[in-house]
Amino acid sequence: MSAAPAPDLHVGRSSQPIHDTWVIAKRGLLHMRRQPEALTDATIQPIMFVLLFAYVFGGAIVIDGGAGDYKEFLMGGIFAQTLTFGVFGAAMALAADRKNGAVDRFRSLPIAKGAVLGGLAVANLIKGLLPIILMSLTGLVVGWRTHSSALEVAGAYGLMILFTFAMIWVGVLLGSKLPSPEAVQGVAFVAIFPLTFIASTFVPTESLPGVLQTFAEWNPVSSLATALRDLFGNSTEASYAGAPWPVTHAIEYTLIWNVLIIGVCAPLAVRIYQRSIAT
Amino acid sequence: MSAPTTNAIEAHGLVKRFGDKTALHGVDLAVPTGTVTAVLGPNGAGKTTAVRILTTLSAPDAGTATVAGFDVLTQAVEVRRNLGLAAQDATVDALLTGRENLIMIGELHHLGRKDARKRADQLLEEFSLTEAGGRLAGQYSGGMRRRLDLAATLVARPPVLFLDEPTTGLDPRARAELWDVLDGLVDRGTTLLLTTQYLEEAERLANDIVVIDHGRVIANGDSRELKRKVGGDQLRLVVRDEDQLDHAAAILQRGAGAEPQIDRQSRTATVPTSSGVAALAAVSVALADAGIDVDDLGMRQPTLDEVFLTLTGKPATDEPATGPNATPEEITR
Repeated sequence: MSAAPAPDLHVGRSSQPIHDTWVIAKRGLLHMRRQPEALTDATIQPIMFVLLFAYVFGGAIVIDGGAGDYKEFLMGGIFAQTLTFGVFGAAMALAADRKNGAVDRFRSLPIAKGAVLGGLAVANLIKGLLPIILMSLTGLVVGWRTHSSALEVAGAYGLMILFTFAMIWVGVLLGSKLPSPEAVQGVAFVAIFPLTFIASTFVPTESLPGVLQTFAEWNPVSSLATALRDLFGNSTEASYAGAPWPVTHAIEYTLIWNVLIIGVCAPLAVRIYQRSIAT
Repeated sequence: MSAPTTNAIEAHGLVKRFGDKTALHGVDLAVPTGTVTAVLGPNGAGKTTAVRILTTLSAPDAGTATVAGFDVLTQAVEVRRNLGLAAQDATVDALLTGRENLIMIGELHHLGRKDARKRADQLLEEFSLTEAGGRLAGQYSGGMRRRLDLAATLVARPPVLFLDEPTTGLDPRARAELWDVLDGLVDRGTTLLLTTQYLEEAERLANDIVVIDHGRVIANGDSRELKRKVGGDQLRLVVRDEDQLDHAAAILQRGAGAEPQIDRQSRTATVPTSSGVAALAAVSVALADAGIDVDDLGMRQPTLDEVFLTLTGKPATDEPATGPNATPEEITR
């Protein structure tokens, strides 16, 4: 008997990368909706941070030479920190999918190459909008205002979305490399948490001692915070004497970092991911 | 070598190494279209590695394989269109409902939204999951999860199915239900390759059994051939009083026509038999006449461990989950 392949499949033959990516993204969004506790990093935590820093530290930290008060200074920093934490979500989701066999199941299906990582990125990008919106609203409630043109404000939000996208690829890289969500949490806590504090997130870099100041000045988390303050018209930072280029040109510097991270991490992540499942 | 089109699954000389450990030492397989082959072996024998290569999840270090006539290395997408895979631990999505799981798989097979829904409902019905369809799969019992997993592999009606230890961890009832489902699939012409640690399961489902150990095929044939090799059915007798064991063993020898193996500690005598029920009847009458107190008397099949002992001269390296001395009765309990 000749057993030529598959007689009765009414299965589409053409490759449909956008469709496949969206199906996997929808799954990712459903996962987030059904694990509200895993969403706290994108919802409650940023709101809490805005309120805590605005009211607990706000009175103690005085910004020299700044136009606005601490709440205005704070917002750029909180945005930058929270968006950096976006690394966790993508990394944990991918590590979990690799561990529990979901990636294998997807790979045994005739789906477009890249749809699994693409879907993950899309879902996390949508999730990433949540903290941006919630922090903006909380900021407005505690008294944060923008003092720039609508175009500059739009630019600030565009920069945040681009940064979120870049962080997702760092997350994918981690998630492809580390064996479990727990490992992701460990690494991310040790590597990323300090990165967001040795920066101009909550205090001006001029106030930091020697080496830390240099580190903070060149830290892309700082430059994002500064760029956002510039674009929102909340800036106090660019003015100090002897500030290096990343501080005086924070927007350009942040853009370069984003392009670099995406350009390096995305292809590398795809390669490592493919190797991590090819055994 | 036969033309690839007569075998739905064909493998030649598959080798797979992980570091310095060689998981497969040149495995050959041939599964004719529309038949069922069971790959039987203990944990760590290389069963899952072989399945991963055949389902394009892993690349062999040497050797070739085709599924539905397509090369697993160079035509992976065509292979994936033609296969369904149920991996060892049911990989259903715990955070989606049963229905959402099936719809997602259907959409990823490009069935279209409407057809994907229709197919999902049809499969839920077929696998008695209609009522549970709206519940998160994470809340399902082990048996339900396996059924959903199997349903997910069937969404696109693949002509070739791979099931990696489909009944491990299931209770006897769930296992029997799954067997019935598999029978139905085979009736419809699906080619099936399943791995198992249970000779009983292989015999129940498969036309051909491939016994694999340490990454090598050590026996290959239908269950009759295999059983001839390993001795087939056995009569097993447990007496209450050890003093009566020798007397009982003598009766067993007369009834079965072969010398029994005696294990004093468990007061057990075991003898291979070809005459089955007739021998069992004769022995039970003789035991009653002799006034011997019997704890247990019955027919049983050799365990995987005994199969391995016979084929390799040594016990299976890794013990099956239920322990090396588990009888089939114990396994299904």
